[in-house]
Amino acid sequence: MSVIVRDDGFHPEDWDGPITDLAPDTDPAALPALADGTGLIRIAFPAFSDGRGFTLARRLRAAGFAGRLRAAGHVLADQYAMARRSGFDEVEIPADLAARQPADQWQARADWGRHDYRARLKG
Amino acid sequence: MYNYSDFDEAFVRARVAQFRGQVERRLDGSLSEEEFRPLRLMNGLYLQLHAYMLRVAIPYGTLRSDQMRQLAMIADRWDKGYGHFTTRQNIQFNWPKLTDVPDILGALADVQMHAIQTSGNCIRNVTADHFAGAAADEVADPRPVAELIRQWSTDHAEFQFLPRKFKIAITGAAADRAVIRAHDIGLQIVREGDQIGYRVLVGGGLGRTPLIGQVIRAFLPKADLLPYLEAIVATYNLLGRRDNKYKARIKITVFENGIEAFRAATEAEFARIRPEFTGVDQDILAGIEAQFAPPAFRNTDPAPFAAALAVDPLLRAWAERSLAPHKRDNHAIVTVSLKAHGATPGDATSDQMRVLADLADRYGYGELRISHEQNVILPHVAKADLPNVHAELLRAGLATANVGLLSDIIACPGMDYCALATARSIPVAQGLATHFKAIGLEDEIGKLKIKISGCINACGHHHVGHIGILGLDRAGVENYQITLGGDGSEQAAIGERAGPGFAYDEVIPAIERLLRAYLALRQSRGESFIDAYRRLGPAPFKAALYPQEARDAA
Ligand code: HEM
Ligand code: SF4
Repeated sequence: MSVIVRDDGFHPEDWDGPITDLAPDTDPAALPALADGTGLIRIAFPAFSDGRGFTLARRLRAAGFAGRLRAAGHVLADQYAMARRSGFDEVEIPADLAARQPADQWQARADWGRHDYRARLKG
Repeated sequence: MYNYSDFDEAFVRARVAQFRGQVERRLDGSLSEEEFRPLRLMNGLYLQLHAYMLRVAIPYGTLRSDQMRQLAMIADRWDKGYGHFTTRQNIQFNWPKLTDVPDILGALADVQMHAIQTSGNCIRNVTADHFAGAAADEVADPRPVAELIRQWSTDHAEFQFLPRKFKIAITGAAADRAVIRAHDIGLQIVREGDQIGYRVLVGGGLGRTPLIGQVIRAFLPKADLLPYLEAIVATYNLLGRRDNKYKARIKITVFENGIEAFRAATEAEFARIRPEFTGVDQDILAGIEAQFAPPAFRNTDPAPFAAALAVDPLLRAWAERSLAPHKRDNHAIVTVSLKAHGATPGDATSDQMRVLADLADRYGYGELRISHEQNVILPHVAKADLPNVHAELLRAGLATANVGLLSDIIACPGMDYCALATARSIPVAQGLATHFKAIGLEDEIGKLKIKISGCINACGHHHVGHIGILGLDRAGVENYQITLGGDGSEQAAIGERAGPGFAYDEVIPAIERLLRAYLALRQSRGESFIDAYRRLGPAPFKAALYPQEARDAA
């Protein structure tokens, strides 16, 4: 069972619509065609050290995607702010990771909008 | 000089608190060692051969006297009374305890310093010309832009887990004192008519595949900088290789895809990102620039310096090596050598740090710089004060008159500290310095850059040394390869391997043969080693290094 993390803590899966899964090596040229969708796009993080998903998310949002965007896989609580700032709405993690890094560790970064240099410089 | 805004202050404090939490979560098992690793690295904490090492950023090489004193305090309180200044404008503390590190980071935050992104696969601390703001030859002071880039890249959500580390260097002068051509991105401030902009290079780097950066944009308007950097790094984040860590740097991405394709992808991404930046960054930059306004230079008469020079040969020898032209005629830039013959290049004791801080307060408007050549700089000293500065440096054992000479060697920590080392590098540097001093040839040889690395990673910049020395391991025995003709300046070149390597105790005799050949071959004292090498090519120098082969071939 995986756990869905949002700013207010852990949740069970509550999406029952179609899901578009994207691998980290998705050709970015394919993103604009997905931007009109309204469903859930889920970008895989096979390893926490693979940061491609952050750029894919930012580019999807820049292309106008307004649906739900989820980072799924080996994402650390310490990366929650990065995920939110890059445009993800939520993170999906496996149960063992959720047990090791409980909700309070994720909620410690629910203030992801604070101390954001890039947002401040962009205006 | 730059003072933290409330925003910076709140950020750095929050970051210290986060790291304190991460250390606790490592200890209670919430974080595995594998997961903790990148988190400690992006806060500057390495695991070395014998202990942890904390790498603290000297942002764009600039330090205030109070910050230098705090580094001395940290060295005394949590380390063994010294620190090591590196080629990356960092200071490394070699012996901190993991559980003390959050307190050390707190002590750094007290003086507006940090260790953020001094390691890890993120954008590292931006390095700059160490004469910035003082040099007579600069178009503009690069530090305000370096600070802008520091802010933009700090904790950048998209760029904390890049394929590999990412280093940006910037210079405001045509003379390249920041080795911008050997960085992932090199920036040079240039002027076109009345417009200020940047010449942007990409894909330089040393390591096991040394490459010189290529121009991706000859003139980038000032206001486009952050979106353009963002476009380069985003393109690299998706395109860079993640299957092989030795091919993961942007230099390989650019090399494998070709600069044309990389430029096209970057420009397309730039067109998408540019509209997101509203121009607020330029207002913030203007605010930063105001903080870097030069100090109120004293208008003293330099005559006493000229008078002292005439009668004091020690002062004369030191001044000849240590001074560089300042933009004000009655001031000079003073380089303080951290390369006393036989000492570890770049090491400074806490006492020396305090002496330097005091000198900066008394004679240097409170400012200090750290050079990538591992020396300390007093960027603004009135010429009238130079005799006093020299006298005080002499008293503190900091007046070695060898800046730019053979013994002003860049050396990485090598086998003495580094877990990746294949050979010693510090003792080679020490041995060369003391040997050439003993035989009295150092001044005769003149300007020369020797750079030494203890393994193929090239932290000691050996590829861009006029003479590069690379320590390898051949079946358990140290073996040193010599490269010739490298150059880290605006005439950047990667040195060429001279031939088979030398055993540890053959290195100094080999370099001596090489340099005696140079002395015999040069046209005049004015022709430096690198100039003679460029004129004559490698053959006569190889013949000196390998006399046996030369004889066999004859
Ligand atoms: C714990 C000690 C250190 C470790 C583990 C380490 C590790 C590395 C590695 C693995 C590389 C090669 C990167 C690549 O080719 O992709 C590298 C490059 C480099 N490091 Fe270090 N390093 C250490 C200390 C230092 C020190 C003390 C300095 C400064 C004196 C330094 C400055 C550099 C520079 C300038 C490069 C080459 C430029 C480039 O990135 O291409 N490193 N380091
Ligand atoms: S060049 Fe090698 S030995 Fe020297 S510091 Fe870098 S990784 Fe260590």
